[in-house]
Amino acid sequence: MSATETLPAAAAPGRAFTGRVTQAHVLRSEWTKLWSLRSTRWSLLFAVVAMAGLGVLIAAVSMGRWSHLSPGDRASFDSIDRSLGGYHLAQLAIGVLGVLVISGEYSTGMIRSSLMAVPRRLPVLWAKIAVFASVTFVLMLASAFVAFFGAQAILTEHHVNVTLGHPHALRTLVGTVLFMTVTGVLCVALGTIIRSTAGAIATFAALLFVLPGIVDILPSEIGNSINPYLPSNAGGAIAKAIPDPHTLSPWGGFALYCSYTIVLLAIAAYLLVRRDA
Amino acid sequence: MVLQDVVATRGKPYGDGVIEVRGVSKRYGEKLAVDDLTFSVAPGIVTGFLGPNGAGKSTTMRLILGLDAPSSGTVRVNGCAYRNFEAPLHEVGAMLEAHAIHTGRSAYNHLLALAQTHGLPRSRVDEVIELVGLREVARKRVGGFSLGMGQRLGIAAALLGDPGTVILDEPANGLDPEGIHWIRNLLKNLAAEGRTVFLSSHLMSEMAQTAEHLIVIGRGRLIADTSVAEFVRRASSDTNVRVRSPQATELRDALARREAAVQSIEEGLLEVSGLTGEQIGKIALEARIVISELTPQQASLEEAFMSLTGESVEYRANAGEQNEATENVRAVA
Repeated sequence: MSATETLPAAAAPGRAFTGRVTQAHVLRSEWTKLWSLRSTRWSLLFAVVAMAGLGVLIAAVSMGRWSHLSPGDRASFDSIDRSLGGYHLAQLAIGVLGVLVISGEYSTGMIRSSLMAVPRRLPVLWAKIAVFASVTFVLMLASAFVAFFGAQAILTEHHVNVTLGHPHALRTLVGTVLFMTVTGVLCVALGTIIRSTAGAIATFAALLFVLPGIVDILPSEIGNSINPYLPSNAGGAIAKAIPDPHTLSPWGGFALYCSYTIVLLAIAAYLLVRRDA
Repeated sequence: MVLQDVVATRGKPYGDGVIEVRGVSKRYGEKLAVDDLTFSVAPGIVTGFLGPNGAGKSTTMRLILGLDAPSSGTVRVNGCAYRNFEAPLHEVGAMLEAHAIHTGRSAYNHLLALAQTHGLPRSRVDEVIELVGLREVARKRVGGFSLGMGQRLGIAAALLGDPGTVILDEPANGLDPEGIHWIRNLLKNLAAEGRTVFLSSHLMSEMAQTAEHLIVIGRGRLIADTSVAEFVRRASSDTNVRVRSPQATELRDALARREAAVQSIEEGLLEVSGLTGEQIGKIALEARIVISELTPQQASLEEAFMSLTGESVEYRANAGEQNEATENVRAVA
């Protein structure tokens, strides 16, 4: 290191270090980027608390009011869905963060630094998706287990608890986490396509939360034929213990949801490469 | 380690250090931001990229850096299109005017994330932080930085990969006098090490003190590609001379007979154009007029620059190709 002691560091002769862009390097960079922002930590904390806590809370409230429930409600009480109900809230945080992962770079201008360092561009998109999807999957899976076991422990009070060995329990639990993870990826794609945070979040909300409401007010024969194919219903099928008769099968619906996401990703990749930054 | 060794040992793996812009145009919708621009930037000297605001400097830089694609023409650095670099941070280090930094991240993490794309060691991040003097604030969020600190962080990012070519957009913006002095020396040193240094400015005076060569553009077109010395010489070729004399009126008549343009500035002070100081002295001697002061008035570089770019504006307006400025729409975004 004698060179750096006698010269400004910028002048390191023959360069003591050399590197080049690889997908693995870009993955590490995106890992650093993700965790070095407060918005990430807050969003993920919110998602974890919502996913792990809400199901337990719902279970506790249900047990407290059990004696007031009608026999019909008691009979249709779904211990699996109740325990994992936190995903409705958690997926909002995951979706918003998925958008921010890329739109935050556009709004601040960081995207130019990112693309100057990785001028082929696509490795940045793949790395963002890989990092964000794995972080989401791992955190949400852990939270989902906490929610499931926590809620089931409370549900023992009136003996409506189920075990992980229940026919649909594990599929629903993992399916819920997969649904949220793919939603996160879909939102990264939306953020890449739309680039503005507000616009992408609005689109995400419209696709997943508003569209079903609109289809609901269509004449029912039209609505019923569209409904199963809506992103939220297709993706949500896997997050339900007892499949709704009007929706696609859990894995069939999930496959369709993944296809939607892949189409959006392809558009995002095309635009990222073709557009001026 | 002396400077010569540095020059001798670096370079080869990183190409010839030439930035080559060939017939490049860039159109954003209706606006032609860069219009058939051709120039090249050589290594070993500081080259200034000069033009009024909205002349297309930032656009040209983005084209060089592969951020925007030219509508026509080609841009090469080290003989290669930027997008094809395997290790761009080693080839070109750049700082753009609109800071390309996420304000929520600390300076250290910003640089670390960039370094990691190339697998550069953390020690290199510490080195550039030290180099630009940001150690005390390196762990603070960039959002709280002053303009000058942001500028230093941008320069740190540009030097991260120890690049053979350095491209800086308005590097002196927001720096205090000490900072301006610092960056001027830094850039000169980088050039002395054999690197290509290309920096933009809209301030001629700043450029004259840093750059050796100038690329001047206006409204997206090349106006001048010249050494600073030549530019200064041209600027001072039509100098005025101020003459102070107790017999100003007589001198004025004497000079007017030689078809010089004479202007009376105040009592006993004339401004003469069309004659050199030497000629004026001789005329005064022949007419036996006492002269108490004889001062050539160099047209300031700023004035020379303005007249140069002003012409381009007039030319463009007369050509009827454009109305108001070919504003660099994208640079604002």
